[in-house]
Amino acid sequence: MRRRTFLNTSAALGGISGIGLLAACAPGSDQGGGTGNGSDGGGSGPSAGDIETDPAAMGDLTLLMWDQEVRGAQNDAIEALIESFQDEYPNITIERVSQSFDDLQQQTGLALSGNDVPDVLQVNNARGDMGTFVEAGQLTDLTGYAEAYGWTDRFSESVLGKMMYSPDGVTFGEGSLWGLPQTGEVCGIYYSASKLEQLGVEPPTTWDELFALVQTALDADELPIKLGNLEQWPALHVFGPLQANFVPSEEIITLGMGNAGAEWTSDANVEALTKLAEWGTGGALGDSPNGLAYDTAWPEFTEGSGVLLIGGSWLGPDMEGVMGEDLRFMAPPPGADGKVATTGGTGLPFAIPANAANADAAAAFIDYITSDTAMELIAENGGMPVNRTAELAPDSGVNKDIYEAFDAVSTEGVLLPYLDYATPSFADTAGSTLQQVIGGQAEPAAAAEQLQTDYGDFTSEG
Amino acid sequence: MTAIAGARAAREGSDASGPDGPGDAGGPGGRGRRTTRAGGPPSAVVRGRWTPYLFILPAFLVYGAFSLYPLIRAAQFSLYEWSGFGASTFVGLDNYIDLASDPDFRAAIVNALVLIFFYAVLPLIVGLVLAAILRRGQVRGMGFFRTVIFLPQVIALVVVAVAWRHIYAPSGPLNQALRSLGLDSLARGWLGDPGAALPAVGFIGTWLQMGLVMLLLLAGMSRIPDEQFEAARLDGAGPFQEFFAITLPSVRGEIVVALVLTIIAALKTFDLVYMTTSGGPGNATTVPSYEVYDRAFQLREVGSGSAVAIVLTALVFAINLVVTRIGERES
Repeated sequence: MRRRTFLNTSAALGGISGIGLLAACAPGSDQGGGTGNGSDGGGSGPSAGDIETDPAAMGDLTLLMWDQEVRGAQNDAIEALIESFQDEYPNITIERVSQSFDDLQQQTGLALSGNDVPDVLQVNNARGDMGTFVEAGQLTDLTGYAEAYGWTDRFSESVLGKMMYSPDGVTFGEGSLWGLPQTGEVCGIYYSASKLEQLGVEPPTTWDELFALVQTALDADELPIKLGNLEQWPALHVFGPLQANFVPSEEIITLGMGNAGAEWTSDANVEALTKLAEWGTGGALGDSPNGLAYDTAWPEFTEGSGVLLIGGSWLGPDMEGVMGEDLRFMAPPPGADGKVATTGGTGLPFAIPANAANADAAAAFIDYITSDTAMELIAENGGMPVNRTAELAPDSGVNKDIYEAFDAVSTEGVLLPYLDYATPSFADTAGSTLQQVIGGQAEPAAAAEQLQTDYGDFTSEG
Repeated sequence: MTAIAGARAAREGSDASGPDGPGDAGGPGGRGRRTTRAGGPPSAVVRGRWTPYLFILPAFLVYGAFSLYPLIRAAQFSLYEWSGFGASTFVGLDNYIDLASDPDFRAAIVNALVLIFFYAVLPLIVGLVLAAILRRGQVRGMGFFRTVIFLPQVIALVVVAVAWRHIYAPSGPLNQALRSLGLDSLARGWLGDPGAALPAVGFIGTWLQMGLVMLLLLAGMSRIPDEQFEAARLDGAGPFQEFFAITLPSVRGEIVVALVLTIIAALKTFDLVYMTTSGGPGNATTVPSYEVYDRAFQLREVGSGSAVAIVLTALVFAINLVVTRIGERES
């Protein structure tokens, strides 16, 4: 009896205060801050003529920078760059806050809506991140800075497109520039030179040769392609390059950028999914790729399990540590339209929040850490610079292969977007769909429907 | 007789001093109280109707700030379409209506109910058997076994998940053991097989909760006077009759507590799923808590995530209310 009274009282209290709060303020309405741009999107940026490009003339100031370059080589490079920037411009102090990618990603949304924002901030390119912030008017349009500093000459179009959104956040891949990257990433094919030799095959130069290689390996009781897809996303790095063999790169870019005008249900896409299903159910990806963790798979590959591993360039240095000269890397063979096209992109771009206190100084710093000399420093520290990749390539080792492959793809070929850039929910949709395709729980045509539903819903809304 | 009378006297004494107890500035003992009372009647403040509430106020403020307020805010968020920043749109109950036809959400609820079996029912059965054995038998090194079985509760869940992910790996210890036993057909990527993934995650839960349930039941069983068992044995009862006639009825209260705790644990499972399968393969292991995280932080649909959270809270309340009611009625 006593308990019931208490429950009733508290429910009533909850109800009253709830109603009060509901009437008080809608979520988000108490935070508008000084953005001023509201939900119209497109935080504006200065035009080239209004920009101060000499950091020495900016007076004493402190730049606050948030980044996620916490891993060994990346951290060394950033620290070296900050030090040399401060040496050159003693009037500017860089205050750096660095944390893991996941932490930064989750804090960014909250931080950008406040008034106390960093001046320089690394923002993920995807629609769910950069796209949403652009739409909310929380980033500075860098178009004017790009003109003033000549960034369009320094960076290839294929790279810059990954940081471009229309100011309303609807179109991805063109429009204004919202960030600038330092490093590059590319998905390609790792192989064990000695295993290919044992099988008596050459590194494949066409996709048909690659398919034949897979069959040869299966016949020889070797695991053709090592894949650990427990986390759902690793399969995207296998499917991306494979898709390029069937689907013209223009169409993949439209799909991957989440822009209207393409269909996941096209014959070519279904063919690509069919090939993946064939690999998955035919044992080409191992007994249970969906049950194997990503970080278990690549160490097993270095221990001799698997002939090929299709994955990102970031795995190279660690795998080389075990396999040495036996580990090689290549860009995938030319795709449907005759050009080398593969999933890849840039390291996280550096952006300037719309409310940044020192936008000009922030831009000058971003210019500095993406300059041609900065590329050398990044390479020296073991990272893969986004520019001058071929000339800075090391003399030997897997990094030589990786640098050359990235250069070939980003300058002559097509750097395809990560498929999860497409819509805010596409990482989820594509991740679980590809898992079902590989596991044989979804027919390729049905899987294409699932992907189309997500993509179609988004593009028609946008 | 005298003992009972004494106890009654003591109880009456404490009842008498109850109403003004907290306001009494005197010493802790009964005698001290009597001397202060002799000093005069309690002040108006102490006798005031609101005084007791004043005492719970600090605790209530903390509770309100850190439990009630977030709950109310979540309920409020669930009525909006909001990406977590920027402007929001009031959509009324749309988020809840969407949930009704959302296959991911339904899968999550079904999975959560399956997990109740693994988190609550199975550990209860195993825990009962273990506790009965430990209670009855003169097991050598009983302390050691108790510690070992309780150990999973002490280890951080993230560590547990990483360890089990390794055990379940396609070339991990479990499959190696199966293969060495000639059971090759059973070996599989446990967390990647749509049929096996949920039971595999559930079994980790069983392993986790077993120790807690056993310890609770063991505590309950140790309160049963030995005389009862002796009497039963004299009457010719075997171990099974002892168990069903004496042990089981005596620990009904503990069983209810164990079920409430483990069912809550089952329904709010997040870390295990997040660390082992991320809800996959497909959405075979997704659970409501994971959906909350996924929607609010990955997909930036804070409204939808909050709606799932509110439904989940209601579900936890409802199921536990039923369990407690059944437990109370039967006792």
